[in-house]
Amino acid sequence: MTDAAAGALRPDGAPRSARPVRVRPRPAVRRTLPGLLAARLVGAVFVLWAVATITFVAIRLIPGDPAEAILGGPGSQTSPEALAAVRARYGLDQPVVVQYLAQLGRLASGDLGRSYALKQDVTPLLVGQLGGTLLLAALALVVAWLFALVLATWSTRGGRFAWYLGSGLEIVAAALPHFWLATALIVLFSVWLGALPPISTPGPAGLVLPVLTLAIPLAGFLGQIMRESLLTALESPFVLSARARGEGERGVRWIHALRHASLPAISLSGWAFGSLVSGAVVVETIFARPGLGRTMLNAVTVRDVPVVIGVVMIVAVGYILMTVVTDLAQWIADPRLRRR
Amino acid sequence: MSDLEIQADLGRQARARSPRRRRIGAAEALAGAFALFLITAAFAPSLVAPGDPLAIDPLSAFQPPNLAHWFGTDESGRDIFTRVSHGTGGSLVIGTLATAIGLGLGIVLGTMAGMLGRVVDFTVNRFLEVLFAFPGLLLALLVILVFGPGAQTATVAVGLATAPGYARIIRAQLISVRSAAFVEAATVLGRGRWQILVRHILPNTLAPLFVLGTLGIGQAVVWASALSYLGLGAAPPAAEWGAMLSAGRTYITSAWWMAFFPGLFIVLTAVTATSLGRALERRARHA
Repeated sequence: MTDAAAGALRPDGAPRSARPVRVRPRPAVRRTLPGLLAARLVGAVFVLWAVATITFVAIRLIPGDPAEAILGGPGSQTSPEALAAVRARYGLDQPVVVQYLAQLGRLASGDLGRSYALKQDVTPLLVGQLGGTLLLAALALVVAWLFALVLATWSTRGGRFAWYLGSGLEIVAAALPHFWLATALIVLFSVWLGALPPISTPGPAGLVLPVLTLAIPLAGFLGQIMRESLLTALESPFVLSARARGEGERGVRWIHALRHASLPAISLSGWAFGSLVSGAVVVETIFARPGLGRTMLNAVTVRDVPVVIGVVMIVAVGYILMTVVTDLAQWIADPRLRRR
Repeated sequence: MSDLEIQADLGRQARARSPRRRRIGAAEALAGAFALFLITAAFAPSLVAPGDPLAIDPLSAFQPPNLAHWFGTDESGRDIFTRVSHGTGGSLVIGTLATAIGLGLGIVLGTMAGMLGRVVDFTVNRFLEVLFAFPGLLLALLVILVFGPGAQTATVAVGLATAPGYARIIRAQLISVRSAAFVEAATVLGRGRWQILVRHILPNTLAPLFVLGTLGIGQAVVWASALSYLGLGAAPPAAEWGAMLSAGRTYITSAWWMAFFPGLFIVLTAVTATSLGRALERRARHA
């Protein structure tokens, strides 16, 4: 997330008395769009390199011989010849530095290696899984935003009862673990009402429960954030001036205040992406839905290292793309960033 | 950004907004009562549920919730309320240890970044930024890939996965305290660097740490149970909440209570931690 966004959320927990004496105003982030994207590109290359390096180091920490792992784990009967052949095939007989550079080179060219367990190339395997997860995450994001918008606007208008109900709902929703929410939704909608399939079938009906499971906790977080910033926005001068110009309540709320109120929530998109990916691991497993998350979990269970690295790299690329989208969305929603 | 940073931020913002500002509201009182119940169940489970969590009674298998078995019984007739109560200790220990690991690492990284000058700050910050490209559960899964599944690994995994969030909050806290007037006064009075750090800066960052820890335990319990649920944490015979929920999933069409109640305790623990954390935050502010 960007420094500007962090500033907007005031992550300083200073006690009241601890006001800074020398106020050094942070220069407002007012860059041109190409400049912003160029800075992002440099950052992206660095993050991808660092993610690849951390993953490489972590994999080296796995106890045991990787060649044995490829041939079926430590218990299996393996001949020395077979081990030697596997080492040569996967480059494990090379010095560590050579392996590291070779891996970076392969990753840079988009080659994620060969799966130990499935004995097929990882890149086409994961690309095939990507669509399902993207569809799930994107739908969940849209639904979560809709829920959050409705909750935030309703609970700031409806008096004390709506306030308590709204904020209580949001706190509980944000605390709901995906695995339990999914179970509860399956019991309610599949077992008792019989309305929706308990596992994800192809087609829209099979998507409803997985999307709801991902969207509800996210909506809890987004709703809390939006309500706070909506209240701040409603007290601000530009809302007063809109009212003075004779704008109706609906116009003030939906056009002026809400646009301002959505900024902090937009700046959290990077986090929301991570939360959706984490959630996808659980949701895809529960609903038996093919996708990156379920592939990742299976790979961790059988210690299929190349697949794990592949998912980690794809998620890192996704995270970076999400930060770029966040920048663009802020650029569109916040005119102050555009003023030169 | 991490879940924790958002939680901490929300707690800070919500304080001024509540329409009525009583010191202790109904929600806090309820949360406190449930926390007391959890602590009792963790230290002396037989006080809460006198039965044996492993006592098998095949004749009363799959009973729905009733007066004798509040939360029903499982496939071998074990009482679910007893099992959930006896599982409290295990789940809370994992959550607390994971929080301690995350908070400890966060304190080390955050203090380094906040106190050791620009170069260290820059390096630590870039490192944290990279870690944020691994979403929490993915980082935990990577740790499990390296060290193998199990309750201990799951604890470490959750601790490591939450550390970046703690580090960033602590760094921000240190930096804001560092520029406070009383620190400047101490500098003017000629106090040494370490003396200022130990006597003035650290005490002022400790209270928020307490709040963070409370918020964090709820989150850590949820994550650790998620790992158990996925079959990578505590294994099924243990009366750990995530493992119980996972075991109950098999019978979800016929015995919903087997999965529902362990999960309900996870949710209640998370909500309790959130509201207590926020109440503590308000206390710290208005004290």
